Amino acid sequence: GYLDDQFVQLEELQDHANPNFVEEVVALFYKDSSRLLLNIDQALEKKPLEFTKLDGYMHQFKGSSSSIGAKKVKAECTLFRDYCRAGNAEGCMRTFQQLKKEYATLRKKLEAYFQ
Amino acid sequence: MENCFSSPRTDMFPAGLRVLVVDDDPTWLKILEKMLKKCSYEVTTCCLAREALDLLRERKDGFDIVISDVNMPDMDGFKLLEHVGLEMDLPVIMMSVDGETSRVMKGVQHGACDYLLKPIRMKELRNIWQHVFRKKIHEVRDIECHDVLDDFQMMRNRSDQSDDVRLSSGGDLTVRKRKDVEHKHDEKELGDPSSAKKARVVWSVDLHQKFVKAVNQIGFEKVGPKKILDLMTVPWLTRENVASHLQKYRLYLSRLQKENETKSSFSGMKHSDSSSKDSTGSFSLQNSVSMHQGDAATGGYGCSANNILAQKVDRGICNTESKGIISMPKTEHDKFVLEDISDPQRASSSSHIGFSHSFQSVEPGVAYSAFCSSIPAQYSWSSPETQFNFRQECRSPLHETGSSPLSQLPGFRHHIQVDHLQPAASVNANPPMTERDKLGNVKIDPLYAKCRGTSPSEMTSVASTADSFLNQFDIHKAVKGQVLEPTSTAKLNMKIGGLNQDSIYNLEPTQKSLNLGDESNFVSLNEDRQVRWLEGDGYPVNIGGHNVEVWDQNDPPQLRGDVPLQLYDMLRFDWDYLYDSMEYPIMEEGLYIA
Repeated sequence: GYLDDQFVQLEELQDHANPNFVEEVVALFYKDSSRLLLNIDQALEKKPLEFTKLDGYMHQFKGSSSSIGAKKVKAECTLFRDYCRAGNAEGCMRTFQQLKKEYATLRKKLEAYFQ
Repeated sequence: MENCFSSPRTDMFPAGLRVLVVDDDPTWLKILEKMLKKCSYEVTTCCLAREALDLLRERKDGFDIVISDVNMPDMDGFKLLEHVGLEMDLPVIMMSVDGETSRVMKGVQHGACDYLLKPIRMKELRNIWQHVFRKKIHEVRDIECHDVLDDFQMMRNRSDQSDDVRLSSGGDLTVRKRKDVEHKHDEKELGDPSSAKKARVVWSVDLHQKFVKAVNQIGFEKVGPKKILDLMTVPWLTRENVASHLQKYRLYLSRLQKENETKSSFSGMKHSDSSSKDSTGSFSLQNSVSMHQGDAATGGYGCSANNILAQKVDRGICNTESKGIISMPKTEHDKFVLEDISDPQRASSSSHIGFSHSFQSVEPGVAYSAFCSSIPAQYSWSSPETQFNFRQECRSPLHETGSSPLSQLPGFRHHIQVDHLQPAASVNANPPMTERDKLGNVKIDPLYAKCRGTSPSEMTSVASTADSFLNQFDIHKAVKGQVLEPTSTAKLNMKIGGLNQDSIYNLEPTQKSLNLGDESNFVSLNEDRQVRWLEGDGYPVNIGGHNVEVWDQNDPPQLRGDVPLQLYDMLRFDWDYLYDSMEYPIMEEGLYIA
């Protein structure tokens, strides 16, 4: 699955006080994650790669992804960070491409969900 | 305990708990807000650490607990944690998507009472009130213990001051005292804190101002509770009240110093940072001392301790957060600090003190180490080197330099566990997390991250191990005491006191009532230490409680230069610190106005 238990938790938090809670959270996630992805994209264009910085960005992105339970995206984040720590530039690039794919897929699924 | 909660808000406890959430991730902020609201807590969110600190300072006593993310753009979560612990003495929970042991360890070392992994579950948030509750309990105990210890201290003070005499008579006294204390403690434990034998003094802003004025008038190094009391001309105030307040004040100052240091070199208190912070030579010494730098030779350590303390004092003075209050004692404090340090051994204790003050922050770790050092004295009282070694070791764990402290800890832990298997007497002064008895090293309690990781229990077990271990242990112990501060200052004191007592006579399981025996580790430790401790100086015993008293009677500088003094100092500060936490809320307006 694309989303884990966290998403279920979010749904459980939704109530009449916050009827659109999940949607709001997801919207926040989009905003925050887009910004972070852009940062990472830009950082990946710098040569040589600043692994510490990249690791930091990815850490933030991972945190963001965990907020809605984006399981697959999170897994890519972890992989990316491993590559960062190993100083493996190619690994980072590859993983990031994969991550972006997963992210795009997730967004599509969520959009469908909210329709 | 229910008696502690009298306001309407507390009647429905834990509902209405005032939580401050700090996280730079807006998504999480929203989610946490909703989750906490679901728990019927009063939530305030903040996305910047600076903002959070401002809020906390603005609304002193406006929050019960703080939940903060570890990674934030404007300030490191650990730093915020230290600040909150130092200034507001609130329980802080850390959270992060990163659950690596080293990070968690760091959190605990810095004083976090819990470390949650994201994604955070509702059930985890539901129980955060336990940290608030635990703190309250400890505060109450602190008061009680304090009272009890004060009595104890008085009794001890009457005994001869010489070590030998102290040893023999102290032992007797302590035995007797202990029993009395235990009884008292038992009584108090059950009773309403307000009905404690001694009414708790509320240090209002005015009262504190008078106090500070008196301190500055007298001269920080010459200050003594009696003198302050005379100058303050507050009829209902007793010398004991002043003594304990003075202890806390001193601890507070040293913490501020540390804080300044950390601030200037936020890089996590690296050695280099410290040095950069302080240009003076002493500062560098400091680094070595506190920061596990290294190997501070005993002499060096002592010296550095001095320097550091001096440094600390300076810093404290510069601390903007305590402008009015701190500025004065600066010189005096320096002297004060230095005086203590004159003796290498003392230095270690001094350093401890300094360090301990900063328990809240990373620095406290150092203090703890110092503290620990003193404790090691117990074991190897006769070997200053050991102590120093110990310190060094302590230092490392204390300091946040990442791996070194951690590596130290495991070592400790290991030893501790082996050695110590204390029964669970501990009352759990340390909140949350550690189960000292079990782990032996637990005490790292978040509170006392300082020494990082060496919970008292660890310390105790260490005692039995080699000196080097012992050292560590001591440090841990010290740390523990210090660390405990946040949550269970009383406990810590008790522990230390208990420790001492144990040293004097075998710890008894019943100690727990006093919180003395709180940490089984301590107990076990004590045994080993007992012999040593006594040898060193009878003073350390019941330091927690007696510090105030003893201190009154003997100005620090007069204390023996040898180890006992150190311990005394350490303990004294520890206790102060511990008690301090109790009074912080009250004193906040006066003391800690940013």
